[in-house]
Amino acid sequence: MTYTQIGILFVVAVVVSDLLVLRTRLVTRKGFWVAYAIVLFFQCVTNGVLTSLHVFTYADSAIVGDQPASDGPPPFFGQGRIFFQPFEDLLMGFSLCLLAMALWIYWGRRGVQRTPMSGPPIWRWSGRVPSTAPSADGPGPGGARDGEPTA
Amino acid sequence: MERLTYLGVLVFIFFGSAWLEIALRTRVFRRWKRLLLALSVPVVVFVIWDIWAIASGHWAIDPDRTLGIRLFGILPVEELIFFLVVPIASILSLEAVRSVKGWPLGDEASR
Repeated sequence: MTYTQIGILFVVAVVVSDLLVLRTRLVTRKGFWVAYAIVLFFQCVTNGVLTSLHVFTYADSAIVGDQPASDGPPPFFGQGRIFFQPFEDLLMGFSLCLLAMALWIYWGRRGVQRTPMSGPPIWRWSGRVPSTAPSADGPGPGGARDGEPTA
Repeated sequence: MERLTYLGVLVFIFFGSAWLEIALRTRVFRRWKRLLLALSVPVVVFVIWDIWAIASGHWAIDPDRTLGIRLFGILPVEELIFFLVVPIASILSLEAVRSVKGWPLGDEASR
């Protein structure tokens, strides 16, 4: 099997796990797609650096594009490349991130450290209060963080 | 210095996402047991894929731009770190979005 085929297989397997096995259904959540968009941006930056410097090299037979000669960077775009990366790397990145995020939600839903929930951002002192806390938080500095339930 | 290329990128990914724990109160590292459970499956699955792909010649990793420590004699240690740091960064991003937007993700109490 080629990297292309395994990449597609992994995406399908992880999406099926998210929907039917773990039943976390993250791919139906807006929050997942916004988070993935952020991850994708940074993947293009960091993996673009690594692939353009030839830290990673790929066999012609494993990917859609051809590995260029070692004296220059691969195409920035085209020949199966996106920001220097073989597009197959996007399949691997997506499946890795979705699997990790789905398992994180899965274990939380099973009751493993479901709380303290995330937020609010530090600049939003009177913002959203975790839904389980009818507010033990005082308004004083440093009081909010430890006032929340941990179980 | 060239041998620190890959490790340097990993350090950037780690610190580029870890600040969310403080600034957005993602509480991901604080919930470390849940984090370890979430990481355990992907790290094993993707390390196996990686070792198999290197052994099959699908891709190669430049020995001049890595530390030179190879696990099982084949896998650069940076790859193992990658499969820990990247899932942590994704989970931090997920919780960061929830921290700011408050959108539900399916593990809230009132389900």
